[in-house]
Amino acid sequence: MKQIFKLSVGFLMIAMAFTSCNNSKSSKSNSALNSNAAEKVYVAPGEYDEFYAFISGGFSGQLSVYGLPSGRLFKVIPVFSQDPEKAYGYNEETKPMLNTSHGFIPWDDSHHPDISQTGGKLDGRYVYINANNTPRIAKIDLTTFETTEIIEIPNSAGNHSSSFVTENTEYVVAGTRFSVPIPQRDMPIKDYKGNFKGSLSFLKVNPENGEMSIKFQLLMPGFDYDLSHPGRGKSHGWFFFTTYNTEEANSLLEVNASQNDKDFIAAINWKKIEEYVNNGGGTKIPSEYAHNLYSDENHTATSTMMHEVLQVKPSDVPGAIFLLPTPKSPHGCDVDPTGEYIVGNGKLSANLTVHSFTKMLNAIENKKFAGEAYGIPILKFEDVLAGVVEQPGLGPLHTEFDGKGNAYTSFFISSEVVKWKLGTWEVLDRKPTFYSIGHLMIPGGNSANPFGKYLLAMNKITKDRYLPTGPEVTQSAQLFDISGDKMELLLDFPTIGEPHYAAGIPANLITANSKKLYKLEDNKHPYAAKSDADTKVTRNGNEVHIQMTMIRSHFSPDNIEGVKVGDKVYFHVTNLEQDYDVPHGIAMIGANTSELLIMPGQTETFVWEPKQVGVWPFYCTDFCSALHQEMQGYVRVSPSSSDIKLSWSLGDDF
Amino acid sequence: MKTKLNILFSILLVACFFNCKNNKNTQTEEHSTTVTNQTAEKQGQAFIKDDGSKPNVLQIAMDSKDHTTLVAAVQAAGLENALVNAGPLMVFAPTNEAFAALPEGTVANLLKPENKAKLALILKHHVTPGNYSKEFLKKFKHLGQASNENVTVEVKGDDVYVGGAKIIASISAGNGIVHVVDKVIIPKN
Repeated sequence: MKQIFKLSVGFLMIAMAFTSCNNSKSSKSNSALNSNAAEKVYVAPGEYDEFYAFISGGFSGQLSVYGLPSGRLFKVIPVFSQDPEKAYGYNEETKPMLNTSHGFIPWDDSHHPDISQTGGKLDGRYVYINANNTPRIAKIDLTTFETTEIIEIPNSAGNHSSSFVTENTEYVVAGTRFSVPIPQRDMPIKDYKGNFKGSLSFLKVNPENGEMSIKFQLLMPGFDYDLSHPGRGKSHGWFFFTTYNTEEANSLLEVNASQNDKDFIAAINWKKIEEYVNNGGGTKIPSEYAHNLYSDENHTATSTMMHEVLQVKPSDVPGAIFLLPTPKSPHGCDVDPTGEYIVGNGKLSANLTVHSFTKMLNAIENKKFAGEAYGIPILKFEDVLAGVVEQPGLGPLHTEFDGKGNAYTSFFISSEVVKWKLGTWEVLDRKPTFYSIGHLMIPGGNSANPFGKYLLAMNKITKDRYLPTGPEVTQSAQLFDISGDKMELLLDFPTIGEPHYAAGIPANLITANSKKLYKLEDNKHPYAAKSDADTKVTRNGNEVHIQMTMIRSHFSPDNIEGVKVGDKVYFHVTNLEQDYDVPHGIAMIGANTSELLIMPGQTETFVWEPKQVGVWPFYCTDFCSALHQEMQGYVRVSPSSSDIKLSWSLGDDF
Repeated sequence: MKTKLNILFSILLVACFFNCKNNKNTQTEEHSTTVTNQTAEKQGQAFIKDDGSKPNVLQIAMDSKDHTTLVAAVQAAGLENALVNAGPLMVFAPTNEAFAALPEGTVANLLKPENKAKLALILKHHVTPGNYSKEFLKKFKHLGQASNENVTVEVKGDDVYVGGAKIIASISAGNGIVHVVDKVIIPKN
């Protein structure tokens, strides 16, 4: 290895001389601009950030909450993966959140957060995010910053073109990546073509509480569906999905799905299909899926198995679905704030293709079709094309908008963000990212009203950017100031998991609604103990239920006897505090689960199955008070044959 | 502090060549210009010092005495960073001889700063997002190049021709593969 480097020194010398000059020039312009970068990201101690950024955790399955411009991490919200820190998916209350038709699934791959909207503007009520692996959509309530709903998407696989909301949050949309047999059945893989289908699910949102229900599932041809975005303004009522593998290959997609020069953007008039469905259209098909809801009233989730979905075939609703030819396996499908332009980011294309909604409507009206695919009309590329951004970079993935007529596209292969102008298609600026950017985010980017001050680039690779941490190094987010003509790199910071996508919002749309605690009087948990008088220990066969309270700085009860080896002991613990930011934790030696971390006014439950005789301690795991180390207790465990009666106490020996 | 260093940097840049020298030799000038050098070096993955990884496609080209023209062209077109990315990248690397076979003056002309975009397009025409062995390439009829144009793939006996250029050697890289070819592949446009 070293030899090779020595041999190449000559060339490297020339190379470095050449390239460092080039690069020095670009850093010169950087440095002239970013002389006050530190000032621009400095949020003084005790001050607040201007924006929240909800950044997906990718293979962590979670959603992280950062502040912009500081890049400070505030919270990691557990969504699709168990989180022992918060007992999510470990305590009895939240286990049902991870229930699916495949049983309990402790992990997933979270991808594309999107914030709810009213009238095309972010309303700051909910974040929706998709699980890619075992298809699900979650709702995070932005008063509690907790996951309060997860709905499974049946007949879907690799739930990737999700979870984007329409401009009044009428729908959250979940599109499949893989096409699969629908309904699932035992069949040869090679018979994919013509037999597998791609389902696009439209989840109706209840405007009162944000809850989702699958209104209908559209059964599309057996392509892969990559990303999607809603129309807005003039194109409100339509939804656009990028497709690839229109070849319908079932093996070696990197070759076989790259044969067609053009794939499609599927344009779907969901209002038309909704009308069809509201008039009794569609077919109810047996499909098992879980719908899990968490209630802040009883602090408990319930999982309900659903048994059918309403499916619609494109041929059922003529004139509702059209295919727009788009070069080379487009990834991002992005609609500008006016709703006129639909950008297809052909990831194997060197150009960016932009379609015009107006031209699309004209072409549809004039019935100018180039052909059809499985009965769906294909429009002519030239008829719908608004313009092409020529050779802006290599490997375009995703575009967002600043609301001032500019678009910003991420380029994976050339590792840069390119700013270009809508309408003239000219490239205005480019900045390198470190390294290999995937998606990017401008707060309000998926809305009619972007806040074009910052752009967040999310990078897959960091290599030498931070102190090394062995073979696995963090991925990163990079913050640019985009308020001027030229983008200016301000900051980069590490992220959790893989930051696939993010949603940003001005903090003032959220902060006033953020809950400080749960009112104890409203706690409807069936095992809540709202005062010391309510505490008790009861036995039902080998099940023991401990109803316990916690307050600075003791548990009540803290001495329990009469538990036996072989018992299943439920600790139902209520935090009696009614003071902001005083959680308590509890952990029991040898319990095969996580701690509990209980917010004021909340009740949570863990299960302990003692296997050994003895006197076993438990303690508070969150440094809660000056007497935190005193906050502890004992459970006496007797042999299974013992006849010691249940007893419990607090302070009896005092 | 940073502001000061940036100003210092700008001044240093006036003497660009001097700065370039520093880049080659970060060890000797460390005290006052470390930050400067780091900033310049950190302009892309092409400049990461990494002797632990398998060489990437750019390093392979740089290591080859038969590809000095190609390397010079890549640098003149400013494409280094595109070649060190995660890719995967398949580079069809014409030899010096292949470049020499072009009409006289072609290469010199392309290396002129005003022809940078043209040169970049020609070079991108030699790059495919992918990583396929010569054997595996026989499955293809064409490849989509980074130039946004396709090239044909033809099999003649044991040989594979890409855009009319014959693959004469193949070297696997950390981020893809380099196929050495005997001709420069010229895009249609």
